[in-house]
Amino acid sequence: MQAFTTVTGIAVPMIEDDINTDQIAPLQLAKGLEPDWGELLFKRQRLLPDGSPSDHILNRPQYRTPSILVAAHNFGCGSSRESAVWCLAGIGIRCVIARSIADIFRENCLQNGLLPIELPQMDELEAAVLASDGGSPFTVDLPSQTISHGAQSWSFEIGASDKLRLIEGLDEIGLTMKHEAEIRAWEAKTAQDSPWLQEARDRRLS
Amino acid sequence: MSAARSLFDKIWDKHLVGRRADGRDLIYIDRHVLHDLHAPHAFGKLNKAGRKVRRTDLTFSMQDHSVSVLPGRTEETYAEGTAFVRAMREGSRKNGVRVFDLGDPDQGISHVVAPELGMVLPGATHAVPDSHACTVGGLGALAFGCGTTELEHILATQVITLNRPKRLRVTLEGQLHPHVAGKDVALAIIAQLGVAGGRGFAIEFAGPVARALSVEARLTLCNLTIEMGSRSGFIAPDDTVFNWIAGRPFAPIGAQWDLALAQWRHLFSDEGAQFDHEMSLDCSALGPQITWGTEPSQVININDRAPDPSQVDPSRREAVQRALTYMGLEPGAKLEGLPVGRVFIGSCTNSRLPDLEVAAHIVKGRKVAQGVTAWVVPGSSQVKRDAEAKGLDRIFTEAGFMWGEAGCSMCAGTNGDTAKPGERILSTTNRNFENRQGRAVRTHLVGPALAAAAAITGVITDVRKLEGL
Ligand code: SF4
Repeated sequence: MQAFTTVTGIAVPMIEDDINTDQIAPLQLAKGLEPDWGELLFKRQRLLPDGSPSDHILNRPQYRTPSILVAAHNFGCGSSRESAVWCLAGIGIRCVIARSIADIFRENCLQNGLLPIELPQMDELEAAVLASDGGSPFTVDLPSQTISHGAQSWSFEIGASDKLRLIEGLDEIGLTMKHEAEIRAWEAKTAQDSPWLQEARDRRLS
Repeated sequence: MSAARSLFDKIWDKHLVGRRADGRDLIYIDRHVLHDLHAPHAFGKLNKAGRKVRRTDLTFSMQDHSVSVLPGRTEETYAEGTAFVRAMREGSRKNGVRVFDLGDPDQGISHVVAPELGMVLPGATHAVPDSHACTVGGLGALAFGCGTTELEHILATQVITLNRPKRLRVTLEGQLHPHVAGKDVALAIIAQLGVAGGRGFAIEFAGPVARALSVEARLTLCNLTIEMGSRSGFIAPDDTVFNWIAGRPFAPIGAQWDLALAQWRHLFSDEGAQFDHEMSLDCSALGPQITWGTEPSQVININDRAPDPSQVDPSRREAVQRALTYMGLEPGAKLEGLPVGRVFIGSCTNSRLPDLEVAAHIVKGRKVAQGVTAWVVPGSSQVKRDAEAKGLDRIFTEAGFMWGEAGCSMCAGTNGDTAKPGERILSTTNRNFENRQGRAVRTHLVGPALAAAAAITGVITDVRKLEGL
């Protein structure tokens, strides 16, 4: 997984509650197994019915390649599709800042080296992002847990385990496989005390 | 004596394999079911990394998201989906995972098929790369919808890494009126809790109303847990569930059944168990529910009016206005009487036999109104056969419904089934997001009764006012 330490770039404001993953990654419009994820991002809103670009914020010249997306409450709710994260990453977004972020989407961010920041109080940051209007960069620094813009700065909270995994860009599966012996022990014990959990047999086939 | 524990804690602790250095819990997954939309990517990544599926015997593949549901379908009927169906088949074969393919008598929507086969059991953990994995909480299982990378992780290790969620109990008081069912209860909870209210929690649905629900209605209720913002929701299993599971193809038998049952009887929250949050809802006054807006919390009783932005809290005004505009509704509009273009009965929310029976009972001897396109898509091939054995298919087709093959279909439209731009649809699915069922489509979420009533009258109708029921 790509590690995350710090990112500096344009912050795009999409200050709206409940932006869902159907909007972020409209899979109905995806062609094939490996579409151009960046092109798919918010495609319904970015294109008018006739196929020409709408006035969506991501179509404005200053917001073509943002690094940070700033939203409001419950960002990424709805479907578990990880492609929502791939779409954001597809245009270079490395960090999502919102007052709250939906559980599965937040997890999917962590799996892809994208930093999800939840900032319940962010009036000032929101105002700064809106005022800069893509004209000046913001920096998000994970080790110091700060977001800065010129002379302004804000701190954010993140769980120690999530921080570690992002900074180290840890191989998740490798990390878990260090517990191989425990997994085996659990399986052996469960095969003894609740055997039906350790076997899923279709009795019609035997 | 050990302290009082909640059902969530009992299942979590039983499945706790260990704690990783980064502080996350490793939770063992007893049953892992994949589907065609996301599994091909995970198989690809897994094999590229040279890894194998750890427990092929606990993993199953289901073709549901990108398959056509048209009568006589093949994998080529929906051309865009063909690549997914084939990649799923090949990935499953290569990795030794049993696939419930097109034509298999057990093919269907994973959240319908896994309970139906007895694959998922009370007290078991379950993962699907789909947010509605929570459906099987209706059996007292603890389920997690997951993303593609998590899916790959489970394939390789059979565990999921999680931070322990908090516990929320929703107590459902009172008694349900006729024509009010699991879907209505779920929507009413979302109205109160909001679409983010359950974020970070695992939800236990309890109380007399939960106890009285059929297994199918419990699956419907738990299906909508994710629409409350929670990954997992469940109901403590009881004899209703145990009797329903007994004899299903994957259910334990003989001495194993007795042992299982003895353990399952401990699957409840102990008296005095601690919850991080509690909520209760009196369901006695509940009528059939219908969403008026573009998220599931924007819901009202069928006889009520949509909100008037000028009357709501200023912080919500813009969102309410925007939803009304998208839905083509005037402020304070009455929904009853609005013409509909389409009706869809299906999806993992409401496509089980009792759902179809409710709809068929209303449709019987009547015709789909002129100008309305009406579809019934059974949730599984088994549901389809059962319904046909009871003659429900004929009731629907004689009335003018399309009677489909099993699959997700118009729920998310990832098999190309979408409504027309601007069309108003009454849908028994779970998400009324903008464009979910096609560009500019106006989705009203309802239970099967309201959907069937609208199909035959051509307008949004309070089923309780229909003659002859
Ligand atoms: S029916 Fe809809 S919600 Fe259910 S699994 Fe299929 S697409 Fe997902």
